[in-house]
Amino acid sequence: MKVIIVGSGKVGEKLLEKLSAEPDIEITLIDIKADAVSDIVNDYDAMGVVGSGIDIETLDSAGVKDADIVIAVTGSDEINLMTCLIAKKKGNCQTIARVRQPEYRKTVELIKEDLGLTMIVNPEFAAASEIARALRFPSAIQIDTFAHGRVEILKFKVPVESVLNGLKVSDIVYKLNCDILVCGVERGDDAFIPSGDFVINGGDLVSIVAAPTKATPFFKKIGIKTNKVKDAMIIGGGATAFYLSKLLLRTGISVKIIEQKRERCEHLAEALPEAIVICADATDNKLLLEEGIDRAESVVTLTNIDEENIMLSLYAKSMSVGKVVTKINRIAYDNVIDNLELDTIIYPKNITAEYILRFVRAKKNSLGNNIETLHYILDGKAEALEFKITADIGSVTDIPIETLKIKKNVLITCINRGGKIIHPRGADVIKKDDTVIIVTTHKGFENITDILE
Amino acid sequence: MNYKTVFYTLGMALYAEAVCLLLPMICAFCYSEDVWWCFLVCSALAAALGFIFTFKKPERKNIYAKEGFVIVSFTWILMSIVGCIPFMLSGAIKRFVPALFEIVSGFTTTGASVFKTLNGVPKSVLFWRSFSHWIGGMGVLVLLVSILPLSGGSNMHLLKAESTGPSVSKLVPRVKSSSTILYGIYIFITVALSVTLLIFGLDLFEALTITFGTVGTGGFGVFDTSIGGYSDKVQWAVTVGMILCGIDFSVYYLILMGKIKVALKSEEVRVYLGVIAVAVIVITVNCLGQFTSLYESFKHASIQVSSIITTTGFSSVDFNFWPQLSKSVLLALMVIGACAGSTGGGAKVSRIIILFKTLIKEIKVAAHPKSTHKVMMNGRALEHETVRAVNVYMVSYIAIVIFSVLFVSMDNFDFTTTFSSVLATLNNIGPGLSVVGPTGNFGGFSDFSLLVLIFDMLAGRLEIFPMLILFSKYTWKK
Repeated sequence: MKVIIVGSGKVGEKLLEKLSAEPDIEITLIDIKADAVSDIVNDYDAMGVVGSGIDIETLDSAGVKDADIVIAVTGSDEINLMTCLIAKKKGNCQTIARVRQPEYRKTVELIKEDLGLTMIVNPEFAAASEIARALRFPSAIQIDTFAHGRVEILKFKVPVESVLNGLKVSDIVYKLNCDILVCGVERGDDAFIPSGDFVINGGDLVSIVAAPTKATPFFKKIGIKTNKVKDAMIIGGGATAFYLSKLLLRTGISVKIIEQKRERCEHLAEALPEAIVICADATDNKLLLEEGIDRAESVVTLTNIDEENIMLSLYAKSMSVGKVVTKINRIAYDNVIDNLELDTIIYPKNITAEYILRFVRAKKNSLGNNIETLHYILDGKAEALEFKITADIGSVTDIPIETLKIKKNVLITCINRGGKIIHPRGADVIKKDDTVIIVTTHKGFENITDILE
Repeated sequence: MNYKTVFYTLGMALYAEAVCLLLPMICAFCYSEDVWWCFLVCSALAAALGFIFTFKKPERKNIYAKEGFVIVSFTWILMSIVGCIPFMLSGAIKRFVPALFEIVSGFTTTGASVFKTLNGVPKSVLFWRSFSHWIGGMGVLVLLVSILPLSGGSNMHLLKAESTGPSVSKLVPRVKSSSTILYGIYIFITVALSVTLLIFGLDLFEALTITFGTVGTGGFGVFDTSIGGYSDKVQWAVTVGMILCGIDFSVYYLILMGKIKVALKSEEVRVYLGVIAVAVIVITVNCLGQFTSLYESFKHASIQVSSIITTTGFSSVDFNFWPQLSKSVLLALMVIGACAGSTGGGAKVSRIIILFKTLIKEIKVAAHPKSTHKVMMNGRALEHETVRAVNVYMVSYIAIVIFSVLFVSMDNFDFTTTFSSVLATLNNIGPGLSVVGPTGNFGGFSDFSLLVLIFDMLAGRLEIFPMLILFSKYTWKK
């Protein structure tokens, strides 16, 4: 499959990193800056073309005629839209544009079809949805949904005083009497897909697969709070803050936004009448105390400066027990940041890249097979894939799972049979019309049969 | 520096050489020569070294620019050291330095020899010598990248360091497919030429060795007369083969993809063919008195011009006896060399074009100091980086020529010999003029001079920087 990426910013590079690792995808990158292109061509398995995405000759020499997908992720909305328009006109391809200005949001939905756009990605909105999800379930570090919300993979940190500390994975189900399945454990830099006799320690980051209704009792039993937050203090009033406030207010969470610029505050106050907008400098800790950072159930730092977000979050952590969400735009030192004892960290650019990746993967498989959903879990070291079984496959369906020769580091976490979630045991079988959720450290699975040796 | 990756890749290259060494062994069996064991021993040695080097798999397979350069130069040095062992074991060349010279001359597709005569040299040894041209022509790491699951995108640094030309780019997005395509074209030309030579009446051994020498633009023959003893048909086939292999291989890819128009627009190929045409005409006229007919003069001029500009080094006659103008034309062709991205050596036609265009630009700027000009190639403005790299390349090229001439002068040969021996090795041609001319050889040089010339050959094939970077302390600092 041929993919053209226009724009080599953080999102472009992330896409390139992930897509070039997949077999059978040929990527061509277009960017106006020659040195950026040559850097990327040296580091990744892709071809580079120097030029603008809105220049027909450049698109031609990148091979737009045979391209399957064109992804425009430059910094400018107009160039992205224009690129997609031209690409669509020149070749028979799907187009994805990153469009971020809130003003365009409604406009673009209106003209999406006329422009022939397949997908529009708004990084701020994507980040806001992710944060909103995190606040609805504050104890989880990361939540990924499958099967239209019927199944979730939740990642959380095991408290030292929890009953989980020192428990074998195989003992969890009957000792706690919970219908969940542990699908991944991160300890330090290592990530495991645990077998039954794996012992969980306090401080581990554990990912479980469960239906949302089953997750709550499990968390109660291991001593983790589950109720959603009632209020949120948002520091920084940019586009993400705006989208997030809208999402939170809709679900009845009260919102307080702290923003420094008077003009922006007035704009926010007008657009979000239910929110409390405070015009002040958030680096002033007296002000934060006055506004009740110590009592807030959640603090979300969304300023444009990563370092400030990290400092503010650390301060919030030291003052209160609430959930803290930190937005990081630019900094790439994840392992250092992970050691900082922050709760949930949101990388809007990664989220954007993952949105697009999921689409590309699904498109790639649309021929015979059918990845419904794809999430990167365990800090990107593993993939969780949802397969739809559309036909009887001799080597997989109607065979007890214990007799299937499944590859190492592959876990069949659950089967969704007409809305019923089954965590399969050895005697269970996969049937036609099921959706199956697989967790694996192998990369590039395309088909359910890929799980077999 | 990621030493583990360096060693691992080196080991892989040695494995590849171990396999290659089995071919001359088969050849020895065919001619029931008793030197077959030399190749077996050497192959086993290469495999053993390869095993040691690849014993520990590196966790991080990242290859950056520095690793790319170091891997490439060490691969070539190590392969040469291992590859010269059969010469010594079989007794064809007794001492180490001349043997090393011979194999480096093979791998770098130079074709300069220390053999006084090829009579009595085992055929399998001759086969190995010629086969080394074929391996070195397209490059061993390009081959590795195409067949091994190495580390994805960063292999570009390997390709860049081993391929020739001022700016190396991929044919297709995947590095692996790029190098597979290159080798595909290379193998196709090889098969086509050897079949042609077979049809024209050569036996399999001669057809293969001459083909290796031609497509790798190397120039080792199997007779003292080089290709002078063959029929006209064979000589013309070799001439066409040399010219074809001196063309940028990406042009063939474009033709394969049906983009013939784009392929024909390549400025470099046009200039390359133009230079050949002009040089052939000049020499044909200039040498008329030397030959019996216009056809003879034209034939030998064509063979010699294409042999020198593609840096192959085959000869049909001894051009030492040609008029001075013809010799000077050949000397100029030595420096120009073949196209970038071909198997040929020399400074490369594209570099010469860029240099001339830069010169013209500078003259324009001198006349109108405030005017703005860009150096254009194939209708596009060149990056300043590329132009700068070409300038630096030529400066270091000249520096190497000067120093090498100084060092080789210690052997006290005449100036033509000294100067042309350096040019002939640095540009990977083979024969020079006077003592090292087509009928001469490099056997008379001292070991020290041979080592200098070995360095020149490697520097010429790897385009200088991979060799120079070995001498920089910044490469080795932690």
